[in-house]
Amino acid sequence: MSLLSRANDVQLSRRTFVMSALLAGGSLVITPRFAALAQANEAKPLGAFIRIPATGKIELVIASVEMGQGVYMGLSTLLAEELEVGLDQIVAVPAPPDPALYAHPALGDQITGGSVSIRGFWEPMRHAGATARTMLIAAAADQWGVPTTSCRAELGEVIHAASGRRIGYGALVERAASMPVPRDVALKPASAFKLIGKPARRIDTPAKVNGSAVFGLDARPAGVKFAAIAICPTFGGTLQSVNDSEALKVKGVRQVVKLSDAVAVVADHTGAARKGLAALEVTWDRGVNATVDTAELERRADAAMAGNTVVAHSSGDINAAEAANATGIEGVYRLPILPHTAMEPMNCTVHVRPDSCEVWVGTQVVSRARTAAAQVTGLPVEKVTVHNHFLGGGFGRRLDHDGVIMAVRVAQQVDGPVQVVWSREEDVRHDSYRYLNLSRISIRLGPDGMPISWRHRVVGPAIMARFLPIFFKDGIDLDIVDIAESPYEIANKRVEFARHEGPEGMLTGNWRGVGPTRNAPAVEGGIDEAAHLAGIDPVEYRRRLLRNNPRLRRVLDLAAARAGWGNDLGRDRGRGVGLLSAFGSFAALIAQVHVDPRGALKVERLVAAVDCGLIVNPEVLRQQVESGIIYGLSATLYGRLTIEQGAVVESNFDDQPVLRLNECPQIDVHIVESAEAPGGIGELGTPGVAPAVMNAIFAATGQRLRTLPIDTAGLRRS
Amino acid sequence: MAYSLNVNGRIHSVDVDADTPLLWVLRDVIGLTGTKFGCGVAQCGACTIHLDGHAVRSCVTTIESAGSSAIMTIEAIGSTPKGSVVQRAWLEEEVVQCGYCQSGQIMSAVALLNANAMPSDGDIDDAMSGNICRCGTYPRIRAAIKKAARGGSNTGNGG
Repeated sequence: MSLLSRANDVQLSRRTFVMSALLAGGSLVITPRFAALAQANEAKPLGAFIRIPATGKIELVIASVEMGQGVYMGLSTLLAEELEVGLDQIVAVPAPPDPALYAHPALGDQITGGSVSIRGFWEPMRHAGATARTMLIAAAADQWGVPTTSCRAELGEVIHAASGRRIGYGALVERAASMPVPRDVALKPASAFKLIGKPARRIDTPAKVNGSAVFGLDARPAGVKFAAIAICPTFGGTLQSVNDSEALKVKGVRQVVKLSDAVAVVADHTGAARKGLAALEVTWDRGVNATVDTAELERRADAAMAGNTVVAHSSGDINAAEAANATGIEGVYRLPILPHTAMEPMNCTVHVRPDSCEVWVGTQVVSRARTAAAQVTGLPVEKVTVHNHFLGGGFGRRLDHDGVIMAVRVAQQVDGPVQVVWSREEDVRHDSYRYLNLSRISIRLGPDGMPISWRHRVVGPAIMARFLPIFFKDGIDLDIVDIAESPYEIANKRVEFARHEGPEGMLTGNWRGVGPTRNAPAVEGGIDEAAHLAGIDPVEYRRRLLRNNPRLRRVLDLAAARAGWGNDLGRDRGRGVGLLSAFGSFAALIAQVHVDPRGALKVERLVAAVDCGLIVNPEVLRQQVESGIIYGLSATLYGRLTIEQGAVVESNFDDQPVLRLNECPQIDVHIVESAEAPGGIGELGTPGVAPAVMNAIFAATGQRLRTLPIDTAGLRRS
Repeated sequence: MAYSLNVNGRIHSVDVDADTPLLWVLRDVIGLTGTKFGCGVAQCGACTIHLDGHAVRSCVTTIESAGSSAIMTIEAIGSTPKGSVVQRAWLEEEVVQCGYCQSGQIMSAVALLNANAMPSDGDIDDAMSGNICRCGTYPRIRAAIKKAARGGSNTGNGG
């Protein structure tokens, strides 16, 4: 999350970790230990980032989970670069749950989210690689009786050029482990990079084109049964009664498991389990939310807008500036409740034994999953094993482990392993939702038409209060207000936060782009409104407000040039800008839309220019920007859940559509070369999409939209 | 009752209800987990397989209706000429991200190319818009299909 613009505050200097090296199971294992976490688990062989066996491929342990963002590739590239091995000489393996070793340095927990993996592990992984390389060179030099300076490493070998001798890493393992661990190894300069920044094919994808990649839903422990689950549709409701006589007659059905808030049918295969579930007669006690609907929740959010706030950002004298300048814009931007709809529906496989528990899952929070399983079963944490898998999409959904808890509860009543599978309907109706968000933006203009004050009131939940309390300070969720103050140079600014939670029993959480995705529509819509009021071109207007932000101005200029900004598009077409400085990176999006007189909207093109500092892999960067844009565009056009009787109405892709191939616009990604420290890329494309499209619609039609998703009925002009 | 299924050239005997979707037979009974579950109602295409060469959604295709048809899944598609070309194009165009939907995408793409060796953009829209990808790999899927149609070469309009 952009906590993670915030995470930059946490200094990740090389002084914060030390390396250890040891021989374990015949392999040289290299572990960076973060100073704050250095005490625990001194001799755990699995606690290594690098395992060099005597023969065979070198294992690189990847602390972040692979959910499509290319992090196996990214972190492997960092390690392999400094270790001086080719990507074909290594195999990436997922880290087991062990926060003492694998916690993200800035988040303090074993979490993959917020576009922080590369930023957090950029130095530790390279140091781990360089430490191992240094020790291997020292071992070879020792064996040959030559100075270390006369040796170099290349493609998994140490070479003594003068004599032509060379020796593979595997043959050096034992001797290397006895070498002193160097304290301050030199990292390679960027000019010497062979892998970082160079095109190279992703290492995780070959298994994903032939069906052999193993996702959570593909876990098949011996003797596994399959469970279909129904959770009380009303948030916070409970199970009242179940008639399971018909379900138990279904061929293959073994058992019906009743929980306080759910019921599951266990069978020999998921088909039978689903058929059995459909045959149940279930009565729910809908509980306190039985009458809650969308209109009521929106009323509650509006009331919060009028209620108490906490000042999250303040500069200049906003009240004096507003008193002296009457001209300006004010509007409320409204964001809906959103699901994640990752392609892989929620699932978790669990085997509870009297003295242990084993979990197979794809999760962004593997150590929390383990702790939760221990809490539910009452077992000590060390008796819980979690096998993490490829994730069939994360997007923030798998930052919550509610599914693990539910599956363990089911498994406690089942003899043997059971795979609990959420139907798509259950997945949509029991998500960790991006909750309602309101932004009131108020900008006053000086005599020159430029903004003199910026007041932004954010109404939304404080996810960080439960999720990562270090980012919840003085009543402010630092993520929810992230970028709310805008990147623009304006003398008087204030951001106010009104905490507003969803109904009791509804899980609300993180969604791709996190805080910046919440705030970008108001920030970029607001500045567009101000430009229009001032009668100044929206790109030029932004440029004037970015004199001290050359990186952001440069991506804006690049995107504008590549999008043909200023060229006449003719009737019914328009372009709009969405600018973003977050995740340690910079992005400019320019959308081009066509709106016909009956209101039919087509997003024709999106041009992105990005500066994310030093690039680890240019193709993965392009992939991620495209991906973030398309994810954001789905929500911009379609994303909205409706609540009736305390339950989500929508249930599947037919009534909660997402973008399909035939609707996908042309997307062009342009990259600004940079030697700055690497920034995040996984969420970079998402926040700017909605404002770019809404601003483009304004340019095409003169209609200013402030509510998502876009209501095309309101765009009809004839 | 027991059904005899021809999957990837091998005969499997399975004893399930007649209305059991092939998806679950493949994944849970036979153990071919490459075919994915995404929606259960033929909305997302993650479960796409070939039935006598035609792309079908296995989540709504019952075992009874499959009869004696030749079933092919992602696990075997690489052994066909078009299948291997498509897989290679997928990797060369760096289509894949999380990868969960890609089994279905590839099965739909191979069926398209088997029926139409040089599909137009409109043909690709028609054949591929039933397959959802939440990672947003659509532009690269289009480019990879065009590349595969050219036999894997990189010349011409790469979309």
